[in-house]
Amino acid sequence: MSPSRLYTASVMPPLPLSSFNVSSNFCTEENISECILYINQELSSLCFPPIFQNSDSIRDLDAVVALNNIHDLLQLHRRAVGMMEELEVEQLKSSSDLHYQHLTNSRLKDQLELSKKENMRLHERERQLETNLKTLQNCLKDTKEEVQRLQGIIASRAIQYNHDIKRREREHNRVKERLNQLLIAKKENKQGMEVLNYVGRSDGRRCLWKTGKTESRHEGDMYKTLLSEFDNRQRELMVENIELKKVLQQMKREMVGVLNSKKMSQKEEKQSNDMDQTNSDDDELLKGHPEMSCDHAREKLTNSIRQQWRKLKHHVERLDSQASMVQDEDSEEVISKQLHEEEMERLKLEIQQCKEFIETQQQLLQQQLNTPCDEETAAVLNDSYMLEEKERLKEEWKVFEEQRKNFEMERRNFTEAAIRLGHERKCFEDDRAMWLKHQFLNTPFADQMKPQSRMADEFSKHSGREEKLISISGKVSKSHL
Amino acid sequence: MNFSEVFKQSNQLCKVSPDGKYLATCVQYRLVVRDFNSLQIAHLYTCLDPVMHMEWSSDSLFILCAMYKRGLVQVWSLEQPDWHCKIDEGSIGLVSSRWSPDGRHVLNTTEFNLRVTVWSLCTKAVSYIKYPKACQKGVDFTADGRYMALAERRECKDYISVFVCDDWHLLRHFESETQDLAGLEWSPNCCVLAVWDNCLEYKLLLYSLDGRLLSSYSAYEWSLGIKSVAWSPSSQFLAVGSYDEKVRILNHITWKKITEFEHPATIINTKAVVFKEVEKRPVVGSEDLSIHQLTVDNSLFSTQSKYEITQLPAQVPVIKPDPDRANPKIGISALAFSADNRFLATKNDNMPQSLWVWDMQRLSLLAVLEQTAPVRCFVWDPRRPRLALCTGNTKVYLWSPAGCVSVNVPVEGSFQVLSLFWHCSGSSLVLLSKEHICLCYVEAEEEK
Repeated sequence: MSPSRLYTASVMPPLPLSSFNVSSNFCTEENISECILYINQELSSLCFPPIFQNSDSIRDLDAVVALNNIHDLLQLHRRAVGMMEELEVEQLKSSSDLHYQHLTNSRLKDQLELSKKENMRLHERERQLETNLKTLQNCLKDTKEEVQRLQGIIASRAIQYNHDIKRREREHNRVKERLNQLLIAKKENKQGMEVLNYVGRSDGRRCLWKTGKTESRHEGDMYKTLLSEFDNRQRELMVENIELKKVLQQMKREMVGVLNSKKMSQKEEKQSNDMDQTNSDDDELLKGHPEMSCDHAREKLTNSIRQQWRKLKHHVERLDSQASMVQDEDSEEVISKQLHEEEMERLKLEIQQCKEFIETQQQLLQQQLNTPCDEETAAVLNDSYMLEEKERLKEEWKVFEEQRKNFEMERRNFTEAAIRLGHERKCFEDDRAMWLKHQFLNTPFADQMKPQSRMADEFSKHSGREEKLISISGKVSKSHL
Repeated sequence: MNFSEVFKQSNQLCKVSPDGKYLATCVQYRLVVRDFNSLQIAHLYTCLDPVMHMEWSSDSLFILCAMYKRGLVQVWSLEQPDWHCKIDEGSIGLVSSRWSPDGRHVLNTTEFNLRVTVWSLCTKAVSYIKYPKACQKGVDFTADGRYMALAERRECKDYISVFVCDDWHLLRHFESETQDLAGLEWSPNCCVLAVWDNCLEYKLLLYSLDGRLLSSYSAYEWSLGIKSVAWSPSSQFLAVGSYDEKVRILNHITWKKITEFEHPATIINTKAVVFKEVEKRPVVGSEDLSIHQLTVDNSLFSTQSKYEITQLPAQVPVIKPDPDRANPKIGISALAFSADNRFLATKNDNMPQSLWVWDMQRLSLLAVLEQTAPVRCFVWDPRRPRLALCTGNTKVYLWSPAGCVSVNVPVEGSFQVLSLFWHCSGSSLVLLSKEHICLCYVEAEEEK
């Protein structure tokens, strides 16, 4: 933007007049004619009249014309220089304008940048303010809710207080009334107890007087109760503690066992060796004093349990991830993939076998259902079986019927026989009675035996069925005697 | 299940003797003592005024009858029916009366809680305890009967006094860190005293027998706090029921909360069983409605009911409490552990028709019983894990882990069961209606 720059850039230095010297290199003594010719040409090209006309003499210059031409040339030159100067000035001006424009351009660009930045900043601020506003609104809502809640609490507390105050006031009034009553009342109602006789204490002992010894005894009793309670509780807690320790140790052993039994990489094996080392340490520590809660041992135990558990967890997680990885890509653990595949194959085979089995079953079942395809034969077969059964049953039924009839007949016979027997017995009895009467009335006392034997003879004539009656009559006759 | 005949009582005063041999009931001013097995009247005593409170002594030899209006307490002896004892509090009035654990002292609280007078039946000694506090539960005796804890209020501060029941010697007297003590209760092992503040502040303090503060527990601030407290019979757990409808269980080793039981309106826990009582009315034909039948056959009007298992998720009926009233009907108002420590029964006041049973081994909800009317009273069998409850209708309900059953009380006229309690052997239940009692003999096995 400095002026020197302006000038040096665009302007050529003006032709110094001093550079014109008298001894010019253009014309010399030898080439005067050529020079004249040349100058003529030049002048004519510039529309000047020629300074030299075609003539015979070489150095015949038209001085007037030459001077005019020189004058014109000088004027031209002056004009040209002026114009050049003007042009130079104009050039300077425009270049300075341009420069100025450049400057303003860059300035405006900078300004634009700045304002853009400012805009972004303001946007950012607005966004922050909005989020702030939201959080504040939420806070306000929460606070309002809190306020409502507290107001509710205050209201309920106020109700409670009022209720209480009213109650106390009522009681206070009652006390005042009673006090008034007592002041007014003349009759003094003394309090006292009347009892027929004093009863003994429930435990049978005598009542003791209050002395310092009893007081200390009471204190002692109280502390004894507390101590025994503490002892009980401590014992229970100890037992529980031992149980839990045992369980923890067992858990630890099992976890170690589980971790060791899995096929692990060498690294894990090394780790397990370390674990074994620590395990044996713990066991040694705790073996000797299972009941003592040594802080160090306790901490070691819990820490080792935590360690084992973490390892087990990692192991299980790794197995899980392995299982999922096998599906996607060729995993690093070739062993498990193989196992997995073998397992899959085996299962597939099983499935196939089962399917075949089911199919054959289905076929057989279908056959079974289809073989009695001519239903008539099946029905006939069935019917024939049924008929056979029926026939057999009919026969049996007949047999039963016959037997029943026989039984009926026999029963009827029996009843008839019984009835007849009854009748006969009755007749017999009557006869016997009559006969006895006769005998008794007729025979003398000497012949006691004879009638007995005679009776026996007569009775033996009867059928075997009446043997019983012989004994009866025997008894009867004996009773007579 | 057999039911006995009905006997009269007044003021719901009916108690079984601690040895289980006798049943004492009060009918106005008469005290009737019956033999429990035969229900024959063994003794009959007459008091000077209608009895307001009746209590057996711990050795079952004496009965105390308190008549608050006249300020009188009469003590009767079972061994010597003609023995009499009358304690007259005079103009100072009487508000409550109770036995001491040895059965030889009577503690009377005068009107306005001015003082507690300890009358001795063995000697002429009379002791006075000043400034007792009038609160939900201001006095408690240890289970072995050796110590008594009493809440006192002096100069706007709460104090606790521990007395030796032997000779009423003041063992310990210490300030309680409560704002307004509402109740105290000894643990069953007699070594820890649980003290809780009133509902305006959730604060539970645990003091050792010698007065040291073992622990303090507060679940939340400002909202209404503790409504009910219960120790488990083994002293292992302390159940705290509060107005936020939750029960918090503290353990006896660290005195910290091990779990909390919520009472939601929708039950989604799949391990729980919801029993819903369903009433079925007997169908009555028009020809059956003869006068004869109406008077004699009361089963016409008494509805049979049975339990049905509801599918989960189940809705529990909720009644919103009135927000403008003090002591709102919301929160856990009743807690009871079973005798074997395994179960906990709770009642939430804004779900008054439901009873919740929790399994303490799994620390989860076991069963919910939904009744047709608000549950009035529920008690555990002192021997077995069996729960009896009543809702003010003519039925008595029994729940056991095997299932639950509803039994109609087959009494002529209707017997509205208002409260009930078990005999100490767990073989029978005493049901109380407004003016009558009825015994119910329960077998050991329960069917569904």
